[in-house]
Amino acid sequence: MINRNLEESIFKILMKGASILIVGSLFLIVITILVKGLSAFNLDMLTKIPNGGFYIGKEGGVLNAIVGSLLIAGGASVIALIVSIPIVLFINLYINNKSALGNTIRLGYDILFGIPSIIYGAFGFTIMVYFGLKTSLLGGIITVALLVIPIMVCTMDEIIKTVPGELHEAAFSLGTTRLETSRLVLRQIYPGLITAVLLSFARGIGDAASVLFTAGYSDNIPFALDQPAATLPLAIFFQLGSPVQEVQDRAYAAALILTIVVLLISIIARISSKIFSKNIV
Amino acid sequence: MMRLLKDKIASKVMMLLTAIFVLVAVFIGYGLYMRSRPLLAKRSLWELITSEGWKPFKGEFGFFPFIMGTVWITVLSILIAMPLCLLTSIYLSEYSHKSIRQIARPLIDLLAGIPSVIYGIWGVIIVVPLIEKFIIPYSTEFSTGYNVLAGGIVLAIMIFPLIINIVTDVFNTIPQELRDASLSLGATKWETVKHVILKKALPGIIAATVLAISRAFGETIAVLMVCGNIPETPKSLLSPAYPLPALIANNFGEMLSIPLYDSALLFAALLLFLIIFIFNAVSKLILMNIERKTT
Repeated sequence: MINRNLEESIFKILMKGASILIVGSLFLIVITILVKGLSAFNLDMLTKIPNGGFYIGKEGGVLNAIVGSLLIAGGASVIALIVSIPIVLFINLYINNKSALGNTIRLGYDILFGIPSIIYGAFGFTIMVYFGLKTSLLGGIITVALLVIPIMVCTMDEIIKTVPGELHEAAFSLGTTRLETSRLVLRQIYPGLITAVLLSFARGIGDAASVLFTAGYSDNIPFALDQPAATLPLAIFFQLGSPVQEVQDRAYAAALILTIVVLLISIIARISSKIFSKNIV
Repeated sequence: MMRLLKDKIASKVMMLLTAIFVLVAVFIGYGLYMRSRPLLAKRSLWELITSEGWKPFKGEFGFFPFIMGTVWITVLSILIAMPLCLLTSIYLSEYSHKSIRQIARPLIDLLAGIPSVIYGIWGVIIVVPLIEKFIIPYSTEFSTGYNVLAGGIVLAIMIFPLIINIVTDVFNTIPQELRDASLSLGATKWETVKHVILKKALPGIIAATVLAISRAFGETIAVLMVCGNIPETPKSLLSPAYPLPALIANNFGEMLSIPLYDSALLFAALLLFLIIFIFNAVSKLILMNIERKTT
């Protein structure tokens, strides 16, 4: 009897310890970035592009990378949204939801979800070489779009499943076509779409390996699709590799910017899905 | 009639889109294979994955050190993450108060979204100096803080959220009656967990592990920043390692002048792709099976 209770309490302590360790280590990361980043942060980081001598510690900021990242993640999310909506509607409305075909397609997207971004990056680069494209904003947008499409499809698929089946049936029984019913369903999952877009955006803006070979790097703000574009993760990565202390410090500041952007977007995504879902049937 | 026609057209367009984008996986595999063919024509597959020399200028491409680098770091991260995540998941789903659960899950989800480059920076700031200060002085081996251990620790933290999410989901699919039955027979809570919950959840736990392995295999930037990147087969936890994704990231895009080099790097990508594809498929099939049984 004593043994059983002893085992119980030992494992309880272990479990609490493990939970604290895991949550603590994740928090420690955010806190480390906050502390290191804040001490190196100044407004120039947000408002200036790298000046001459930026990479040996002189003045400038990472505005080029911020704009580049926003354009790439934004463009990719828009493309992904346009592609994903028909795909999700097709799986859920046009073919039998629980059929073997539907499940196979779902499995396919689940697997694509798991393919690491470096593979998308290498694949994107090969495609670009094949078509004679140089590293550019466009290359980055297309590669990141490929990366976030599976994320969007899987997220929206989860959301569309929550729409009660009676809704489609009622619509169909009134004589609407599947296309017309789609509009009804889309209105129902509208808040979910926002969440999906925001989450994809957050994923896209933080990913380094996919843009490493496809978007290039430039100290200027990109104004056209064929210009190379800097991105925040790469700015952090390159600056951290510098032997100059000031440049390294700026990597911490850039990391702070990226972390705050990603956390904010994720929080907004979760809050917005709560707020909007109040208006749903 | 117009309406039906529209519906027909939309249906075809949607089917086409779905097919094209689900086939992206096939395109990737095919593209990488075609680009690695020049290398595969000259060397046998077996020779490539078992030989050690890596001298691209002399045309020597031995992937063994990179494969072993990936394996060392992945195995270490799983060994660290799995027990901790299991304990945490059990705590969250079986022991903790509902209010803790409601805070913990979204919090972990939120932190899962932190980009990998941030994890990498954290590794460089915290993990590497700690290893240099507390572990290296007691080892006989010459080494820096950039090694397998640092990579394994950073990677373990990165896969915490993934494992916890899947495992708690699997625990939630276990019917409450099973717990009640066990408890009413006089078992303690831990005995119920050990003999009922864990046994029931075993396939799900295996699926989570397999998925975590495939995630760890492909993780690039964070690991690259802390693992040393020296193309030698690691001998201990304190050896530097050079995993496959890091090899691709460090060299791709600038190697077009050396013959076969880009073919070799795309072969590395192909290896990675195939392993991850298979692992992913296996774990998803297990999870789908669990879901089907419970609904």
